[in-house]
Amino acid sequence: MQKVFERPKALSDKKMHYCPGCTHGIVHRLVAEAIDHFGLQEKTIGVAPVGCAVLAYEYFNLDFQEAAHGRAPAVATGIKRVLPESVVFTYQGDGDLASIGLAEIVHAATRGEKITVIFINNAIYGMTGGQMAPTTLPGQKTTTSPYGRDTSRVGFPIRVCELLNTLDGPAYLARVSMHDPKNVLQAGKAIKKAFQVQLEGKGFSLVEVLSSCPTNWGMTPNQALKWVEEKMVPYYPLGVFRTPEEVSSCDA
Amino acid sequence: MEKIMMKGNEALAEGAIRAGCRFFAGYPITPQNEVPEYMSRRMPEVDGVFLQAESEVSAINMVYGAGGAGCRAMTSSSSPGISLKQEGISYIACAQVPCVIVNVARGGPGLGGLTSSQADYFQATKGGGHGDYRLIVFSPGTVQEMVDLIGLAFDKADEYRNPAMILSDAIMGQMMEPVVLPEMRDLQQINKPWATTGMKNRGQNLINSLGLLPEDLVRINQELQEKYKRIEANEVRYAVEDVDDADLVLVAYGTSSRIARSAMGLARKEGKKVGLLRPITLWPFPKQPLADLAAAGKRFLVVEMSVGQMVEDVILAVNDRSKVDFFGVPNGAVPTVRQVYNRIMEIL
Amino acid sequence: MTHEIICAGFGGQGVMLIGQLIAYAGMVEGKNVSWVPSYGPEMRGGTANCSVVVSDEPVGSPVISEPNGVIAMNQPSLERFLPVVKPGGVLVYNSSLITMKETRDDLHIIAVPANELATELGNSKVSNLVALGAFLQKTNVVTADGIEKALEKVLPPHRHKLIPLNLEALRKGMALV
Ligand SMILES: Cc1ncc(C[n+]2csc(CCOP(=O)(O)OP(=O)(O)O)c2C)c(N)n1
Ligand code: SF4
Repeated sequence: MQKVFERPKALSDKKMHYCPGCTHGIVHRLVAEAIDHFGLQEKTIGVAPVGCAVLAYEYFNLDFQEAAHGRAPAVATGIKRVLPESVVFTYQGDGDLASIGLAEIVHAATRGEKITVIFINNAIYGMTGGQMAPTTLPGQKTTTSPYGRDTSRVGFPIRVCELLNTLDGPAYLARVSMHDPKNVLQAGKAIKKAFQVQLEGKGFSLVEVLSSCPTNWGMTPNQALKWVEEKMVPYYPLGVFRTPEEVSSCDA
Repeated sequence: MEKIMMKGNEALAEGAIRAGCRFFAGYPITPQNEVPEYMSRRMPEVDGVFLQAESEVSAINMVYGAGGAGCRAMTSSSSPGISLKQEGISYIACAQVPCVIVNVARGGPGLGGLTSSQADYFQATKGGGHGDYRLIVFSPGTVQEMVDLIGLAFDKADEYRNPAMILSDAIMGQMMEPVVLPEMRDLQQINKPWATTGMKNRGQNLINSLGLLPEDLVRINQELQEKYKRIEANEVRYAVEDVDDADLVLVAYGTSSRIARSAMGLARKEGKKVGLLRPITLWPFPKQPLADLAAAGKRFLVVEMSVGQMVEDVILAVNDRSKVDFFGVPNGAVPTVRQVYNRIMEIL
Repeated sequence: MTHEIICAGFGGQGVMLIGQLIAYAGMVEGKNVSWVPSYGPEMRGGTANCSVVVSDEPVGSPVISEPNGVIAMNQPSLERFLPVVKPGGVLVYNSSLITMKETRDDLHIIAVPANELATELGNSKVSNLVALGAFLQKTNVVTADGIEKALEKVLPPHRHKLIPLNLEALRKGMALV
């Protein structure tokens, strides 16, 4: 029988700094499991964002580069183009990817850059203390939308998968959620698939992970997961938006 | 007037509103988050605009647009974000759009850290982006000065049609001190006939930084340089304390001036004749007062929270007339009063 | 006279608040004051502190490295600040959570079982004010009246109903010294 809580090789034994109930840690684990699954530790290079996951390089037992805020897809492009046999992934929050780094992600996607992007959508800026993100829901209160996100003044949230799905470049686009064990399992499969797409040279792959930020939402971890399920999932429908026909099925 | 305790960042934001700022665009970054957060609450109350931009690049360009349209406009950030704004600031300087940029500086280079820093001095005072341009740079030394100087920054920006910067730092931004807030300013007084408001009863107004024909670019630059000369002649601000009898004059601004001041107090108790010159405008730099003190035989000790930037301007101003020593710490560290005191005692 | 005070403890123990109360009260009583929080790596580790200066003269450095008063609410804070207090200074520590391993005989050291005393008042959250009370009784930096006025300013209006409890805690701490 497989031990369930064995630490993946691609994860270090450092204690993570994430707040209690934060889902960043689970997503790290899923990414590490996917890397172990395909035996990629020796050829993977990760790119860390600026956000709560800024210290991701401490938690992954992998080579890493740390990028400026939002620029991870450009950094990943540089790595992948000079090391085409390597596996390159970025791990980015919604401020990093969908706000300051929107140009970089759209262009990496439309170039069909053969990288994998793990995109954490927690509807807020975590690291800087709870400001409005491009994914903040209408009416949601944050420290820079103290009266609730007013769509008539500041517009609407960005659905990243749907946006990128208008481009011809991406090969794999999926949205998953962390709100219960069944969905976490599903997320793990999607992340494996995304790496497989890269391994098979099919092109750009991105998995958007609906995540919680109990600290800045002012909720308990359980309330936060419920909020993901009840508020975020209806706005950000789960599913696979794009997948290459001919990717061999992985047993995940 | 009633004194209240305010955080530097919040006092600055309220000071801006009272000085007539009605457009703010920013982006989250520690340790300046209190500024946009305050503005997000306060701007709607005064019918002003608060926008969280998608990036610092966008925020500075929003300010370009709003300032060019005649509004008192401002953005704030911290060091990495200020680096991103540099392209926009260069355009703004050339197009002569008045606006205010606030840097609540933190340690660098790169992503750096959250500790206080004065390592953005070169970037602030020598242009920062491409081309021959200057910002009027103010350095607050107290929370009260956060309020006073942001008001002055808006006034001078309008007077000279030039971007102004408040160069603050993490400690100044997070510190609470008593402040007296000024009255709310009447906005109707500011007349900006150059602003792009539509060609009603006048010819075209243009906000532009292009000089494709060489002679045009020369003319633009000459105009800028003449303006900078006027600013240098009229806008130097500084404060001195106990310099008359001093053998050694400390030169420091912002947070390090506060530390230097305490060290000076300790040294004076030991009978050492130490004074302090605190530049309030970092550009234009108080060259003449320093030259005069040098001519009067004073030595200098420059104290900075960096490995030495302003010290170069002090050396230029002193111009070999006297000796200039330096005490600094690398980013990540904050100098202690004791360290500065020890350095003073080494010299005297 | 210049009081340079560091208040330190876990985030959530209200050390930032008592620092602000001292500063606000000092201002109300006509002194020059400043308050600065420390932040940086230690915040994530759970220990926070703030520097407060209350002086008859304009405040120089708002950041203090050699305090003459310390209120330490947890063990890491005590260990960090005990060695740096100026000789003759005052150190109040929360003996409910701290065991003194080493001591100094050139300081006035006051043990305050702040958590227990606060719990006696029915709310362990006011342990910070108990410690503050003991500190003020010993140092006279500001008066209890000043703290009362400061509470009205520093606490948001919806928490003003807690002012009497806070003052009770303050007095309990004062009575100890
Ligand atoms: C150029 C620049 N601007 C701003 C920042 C400040 N900053 C640090 S993390 C962050 C965003 C965090 O939000 P998100 O990307 O959603 O990730 P999370 O923390 O929620 O995981 C920002 C704006 C920075 N470091 N650099
Ligand atoms: S602030 Fe939010 S996103 Fe960041 S570690 Fe804490 S819970 Fe997670």
